[in-house]
Amino acid sequence: MSGGLSILVIDENKIRASIIEQGLHDAGHDHVILVHQMEGLVRQISEINPDVIVIDLENHNRDRLEHMFQVSRAVHRPIAMFVDRADSHSIDAAVDAGVSAYVVDGLKRERVKPILDMAISRFRAFSKLAEELEEARTELADRKTIDKAKGILMTSRGLSEQEAYDLLRRTAMNQNRKIIEVAQSLVIASGLLGA
Amino acid sequence: MARQLTQVIAGFIPLLDSAVLVIASEMGFAEQEGIELKLVRETSWANIRDRIAVGHFDVAHMLAPMPIASSLNLTSLAVPMKAPMLLGLGGNAITVSRAVWSEMEAKGADESGDPVSTGNALSTVISDRKAAGKPPLHFGIVHPFSGHAYELRYWLAAAGIDPDGDVEITVLAPQLMADALATGQLDGYCVGEPWNTASVLAETGRIVTYKQAIWPNSPEKVLGVTQAWAEKNADLLASLMRAISAAANWCAEKGNHFELARLLSGPGLLEGPLELCLPALSGNLRLDQGTERRIPDFLTFAGGERAMPTKAHGVWFYEQMVRWGQATRSAKGLALVEQVYSPERYRAALNLPMPSQMPKIRLFDTPGD
Repeated sequence: MSGGLSILVIDENKIRASIIEQGLHDAGHDHVILVHQMEGLVRQISEINPDVIVIDLENHNRDRLEHMFQVSRAVHRPIAMFVDRADSHSIDAAVDAGVSAYVVDGLKRERVKPILDMAISRFRAFSKLAEELEEARTELADRKTIDKAKGILMTSRGLSEQEAYDLLRRTAMNQNRKIIEVAQSLVIASGLLGA
Repeated sequence: MARQLTQVIAGFIPLLDSAVLVIASEMGFAEQEGIELKLVRETSWANIRDRIAVGHFDVAHMLAPMPIASSLNLTSLAVPMKAPMLLGLGGNAITVSRAVWSEMEAKGADESGDPVSTGNALSTVISDRKAAGKPPLHFGIVHPFSGHAYELRYWLAAAGIDPDGDVEITVLAPQLMADALATGQLDGYCVGEPWNTASVLAETGRIVTYKQAIWPNSPEKVLGVTQAWAEKNADLLASLMRAISAAANWCAEKGNHFELARLLSGPGLLEGPLELCLPALSGNLRLDQGTERRIPDFLTFAGGERAMPTKAHGVWFYEQMVRWGQATRSAKGLALVEQVYSPERYRAALNLPMPSQMPKIRLFDTPGD
């Protein structure tokens, strides 16, 4: 049951915004508006006149929006940050996930809580995805660097691939460093020496 | 063997006056006190407020009125807070667009930033505009509970301009001010450096007056801590304040200004050209392309006594909150504010003598005695 709440999602990250939008649709909210562009935001909010606003915490305009909710004539109804003192867990969770919600004052918390919870879980899923992607990227880059270092040792010292890897590993252990660090120095040094 | 360091996480906004935290962390001052000071860059004061309230940050770089607003329950996620130490004095200025400046100039505005003269000139400009049926001028500030808000309002009101009726005041992130001025969304703004110099360098704005002229040697940013954290970590807070005080003294050394500007303009901080950061740090301000002015205390970093908060500082901010309808005056509120700005924690940490007399708060229009 959506009960006709209009929800505005302000997120400059388009992918994340669509993930939230999808989640809200799945939960039966069909009045969801996404805003990526900060230009003319005040006018847009005034036109949309939303009941709930979901915003990412990386947004540079957060101070501006909060101030506007408090004083601006552009907002028809007073909007407050969704804070429920009794529920410090969901405040923590929201800040932790990087999202905040503002609601029209007087809106019942039972109606808003599921929206915030959904945003929190989608934000978390998104960061996890981004992290995994970043990890995969680094891992791939690391593997390439180690391969390169092995290649340099194989050519310059006439070693087999296994011997080259063993040498890297031994050096790393002796110097109390990671293999990738030894490989990086080797690649940089050989680049400098034009090897 | 390396000494075990205690980690302290500090939230900050990349501005010139985050310098003392940056230096405490990067130049070994924190380490000397047994602290690993981890700085986390933030994008809004609301984030700083939220993240210190939920415990992500132990301490934070805060606008001087913020711990008061939080303690008085005037903001979201309000928790009792303290401002045990000042992180910087001065550093703000008021900039107007070239168009507004040329109107002000025609009304005899002082070219060296005198707040009485520039305020009066602006007042005449505003009356004329009103008489001609022109829309009100738009001014930007970074936060409703900020030195910027109160300096701008004080300066306007002193010249007979009603900040809530004669002009429109809106909130905008500091790094967006110069662009907003250039595109005409704003006619002027009050912001910390380097964002005034940004408009001067772009030849789109002119600095008309500055914090050091409006309220000399006044607090701009403070170290913010929740009362709960301060009570639970009293010794750690004392060590941290000693580290920051030493870092502030380093920042105050003239010989370090270039290095400081280099660091602050670098990656992860302001990420801009050096000439953006140098004027405020060196005290050689360019009010516009052709007017350079030496303002030695434009922005002051100093440890020792100068970084000590006083009740009078807190009370001044409280009075502004009352004046502009953000708070209601009460004896209880006043007592609370004096606690927030109590010098005791800092004085004890640095082993400073009790100040012989309360410093008087003097603004540009305070009558002499």
